[in-house]
Amino acid sequence: MEKFTTHTGLVVPLDIANVDTDQIIPKQFLQKTERVGFGVHLFHDSRYLDHSGKKPNPEFILNKVEYKDTSILLARENFGCGSSREHAPWALEEYGFKVIIAPSFADIFYGNCINIGLLPIQLSENEIEQLFSQAQGAKLRLTVELANNNVSFINESGVKVSFTFELGVFQKYCLEEGVDSVGWTLNKLDTIEAFEAKMPSWQ
Amino acid sequence: MTIKTLPQTLYEKLWQTHLVEEKEDETPLLYVDRHLIHEVTSPQAFANLRFHNRSVRHPERTIATMDHNISTRSIEIDAAGEGAANQLRALEKNCKDFGIQLFGMGHKNQGIAHVMGPELGLTLPGTIIVCGDSHTATHGAFGALAFGIGTSEVEHVFATQTLRQTKAKTMKIVVKGHVGKGISAKDIILSIIGKTGSAGATGYVVEYCGEAIEALSMEERMTVCNMSIEFGAKAGLVAPDQTTFDYVEGRDYAPKGDIWLQAVNDWKQLKSDDDAVFDSTITLDAKDIKAQVTWGTNPGQVISIDSTVPSPDDFNDPVEKESCVNALAYMDLIAGTKITEISVNKVFIGSCTNSRIEDLRAAANVVKEYAAKGQRVQSSIDAIVVPGSYRVKEQAESEGLDKVFSDAGFEWRLPGCSMCLGMNDDVLDEGDRCASTSNRNFEGRQGRGSRTHLVSPEMAAAAAIAGHFVDLNA
Repeated sequence: MEKFTTHTGLVVPLDIANVDTDQIIPKQFLQKTERVGFGVHLFHDSRYLDHSGKKPNPEFILNKVEYKDTSILLARENFGCGSSREHAPWALEEYGFKVIIAPSFADIFYGNCINIGLLPIQLSENEIEQLFSQAQGAKLRLTVELANNNVSFINESGVKVSFTFELGVFQKYCLEEGVDSVGWTLNKLDTIEAFEAKMPSWQ
Repeated sequence: MTIKTLPQTLYEKLWQTHLVEEKEDETPLLYVDRHLIHEVTSPQAFANLRFHNRSVRHPERTIATMDHNISTRSIEIDAAGEGAANQLRALEKNCKDFGIQLFGMGHKNQGIAHVMGPELGLTLPGTIIVCGDSHTATHGAFGALAFGIGTSEVEHVFATQTLRQTKAKTMKIVVKGHVGKGISAKDIILSIIGKTGSAGATGYVVEYCGEAIEALSMEERMTVCNMSIEFGAKAGLVAPDQTTFDYVEGRDYAPKGDIWLQAVNDWKQLKSDDDAVFDSTITLDAKDIKAQVTWGTNPGQVISIDSTVPSPDDFNDPVEKESCVNALAYMDLIAGTKITEISVNKVFIGSCTNSRIEDLRAAANVVKEYAAKGQRVQSSIDAIVVPGSYRVKEQAESEGLDKVFSDAGFEWRLPGCSMCLGMNDDVLDEGDRCASTSNRNFEGRQGRGSRTHLVSPEMAAAAAIAGHFVDLNA
């Protein structure tokens, strides 16, 4: 996993609540045995007018030229609800997103993002509202500093506005250091074996 | 001196008995007893194991099935199409290479993971069960802590037999009293989701209790727990009781002899203490629950069969109001339309929510009542019945249910996830309207531009024959 320390990027506002994983990556694109090839299908049904994905929908925000270089997705409540498919964060990451900001996330999706190094940031409704109003017309560039749990931007008046977000201590450490979490746990085999030795025989 | 322990919820007991390590600066490490895998969310996890030259630590704790993208018309792997066939063959190779038991195409134990696990006795009270599928919460019906995981976590479980999890908040959902005649477990859970909204339990593990839950069979409890994720819950639980023990006893993988006795003894402790504190409590009166139909594009957009399609004006919350506008447009519904006047052209009876033998019996009973009056599936409607596993299929056929369905114009298919998510060729066309016993009515879920109404098996069967939703209790 790549290390995440700081990131500055253009914000694209996706003004829809309850975006589910079927919308993020529809099921017909899950039939792969590799970890790549999902970004092109991100938000397929909204992004393309046809089934084969050859005709971009000009109305969909990701297809607007001013958001071409976006790397931060600003979303509404309950983002990533639905299935446990990690293909959803894979598709977002492969498209070029490094950070997803929303007032709330579905639990499994949130964990899946952390596990691949895509940073989900939860902010208050009020802060999200401010970001949505700033993000219109591709005018918002945000800086995320993981070390101090901070998101900041310079507003129209030239004033720096910053918000802080919460993140689990270990989750933050894994993101900052790009920790191989499986390897980390494998270093604790003695503890796991000691636990197993005490388990009841039916378990 | 006696040590006074703090009262605990069932979730806290399951957490405590599986806590391998808890350190201040690390996310707690939990032991995983049972890991169910399938073809869609496992290949990249196996690939990473190979890349790091790691093995599956306890292959005997993992069981594989083929369910998500298989054909329901043929047991041939290639019948599922090229992409699916690649995943299915990859699963065969991966299971062989890593020593994992696979119930592949046509095997007598094959089935949807969440149907197969319980019926084989792989699902036990007091265990932690995970699977790369969000409907893993189904197994919580047994008093197991069961939840869906992503592919990185599948890899973590393969290599270590553990998972890192942050502790959830606890929610108690009490369903008081008894449901009326003809009200199913699906109606109970849809009513709960209608009350909480589709994200009402995000961050929580939910425990279902009350007389109406205790009165349910194991299969009905599975239907309830199955849809816990549909209102955001990490997992759903029902405390194990005699109904649970009677269901598990004697199943293929269930403990036997003295170990069984010890197990039941331990499992009897698995209930929330009387004075345990929950972070949130919701209470419903069972007698108020009517048959439910979803009208929108998330499972929280649900209403009673005797109601009308809501209007955006019925909602105060601006997000709900806008969601209603969008849902009505997508679903092509007009506010104020009676639910019983909504016509369908497709019917799907199946999925990990409603494809067990009791579901098929319930649907078949409705079909028989119509058949006695000379009525069958409308010629304009395609209706399929997809049993959840080969064992369910065999049982249903031994009871003649396949014939009840076929004679009435339903197609009797082979087991699989099928049209619940439409990864195989069981997909709806644009504009199709489906009465479905599955669990999600998201936009495009069953096919791009298709419209899904979630209902119970009884309601789906009636809709197939009447051509529209029917209030069976009217």
